[in-house]
Amino acid sequence: MSEQKAKTRQVSRRVKFLILADPSALGPVRAAVEKLAEEIGFSEADGGGIALAHDEALANVIKHGYGGSCAKPIEILMQEIHEANEQKGIEVVIRDQGRQVDPEVIQGRDLDDVRPGGLGTHIIRHIMDEVHYEKASKGGMRLRMRKYLSKKK
Amino acid sequence: MAKANKISSMVESIDRVDGNMIIRLKGDVTLQRSPELRGQLAKLLDEKPDRLVIDLSRVNYMDSSGVATLVEALQRARKTKTPLPLLSMTSRVKSVFEIARLDTIFSIVDSEAEALKT
Repeated sequence: MSEQKAKTRQVSRRVKFLILADPSALGPVRAAVEKLAEEIGFSEADGGGIALAHDEALANVIKHGYGGSCAKPIEILMQEIHEANEQKGIEVVIRDQGRQVDPEVIQGRDLDDVRPGGLGTHIIRHIMDEVHYEKASKGGMRLRMRKYLSKKK
Repeated sequence: MAKANKISSMVESIDRVDGNMIIRLKGDVTLQRSPELRGQLAKLLDEKPDRLVIDLSRVNYMDSSGVATLVEALQRARKTKTPLPLLSMTSRVKSVFEIARLDTIFSIVDSEAEALKT
């Protein structure tokens, strides 16, 4: 008698948004990423952190990529990820059509210099396990960030 | 305690207590709404209160633009030596200050009595 192997199919949650570069659009998308994080299994605190990192990334696109609010698009893809080593987590990819910069210059500033502004990148790197900026081939930038349920750092 | 009328959707009230002011915020302090807060805090500091307490007990969420607005207010307050204690942060808001290492720069208190002595 041949054994039939049970096939398992992993369904990964995935949500895609297309918003215009305006701060008013951030709230609903933040709520969605926090909800997705919760469904993947992140704690409320971690889900809140992921939502904050995501918000900071979008704010940076609006302020620096586009130079302020405008009717230009920002694409956000958020999805559950499953790595080969059984690590599970969330990935958020943000794609804009704004100013291109060398990813090497996107660094957080010195926090000992207490002044308003310039905290977004530091917050993103502090919260997420992986943060990768790249110039997109057809213009603009792409930010890919990941956080795992069990710390991979 | 004298209460002012509601100023905006983010400011629940502004209370005056013996030369001090307490601005009570609510909701989310974000990129969208922080310009409004900046203007409000500047206006209150111009009145040169003995201290300006910022009540954050009803603030659910704050991003770095909200934090930046408070840093700006702190710098302004320091010029006139006006204490600017932050009252009753939720853990979610406090974590943003901790990540930015501003939890040791601001005076963060848990009670109004403590805020009015700081």
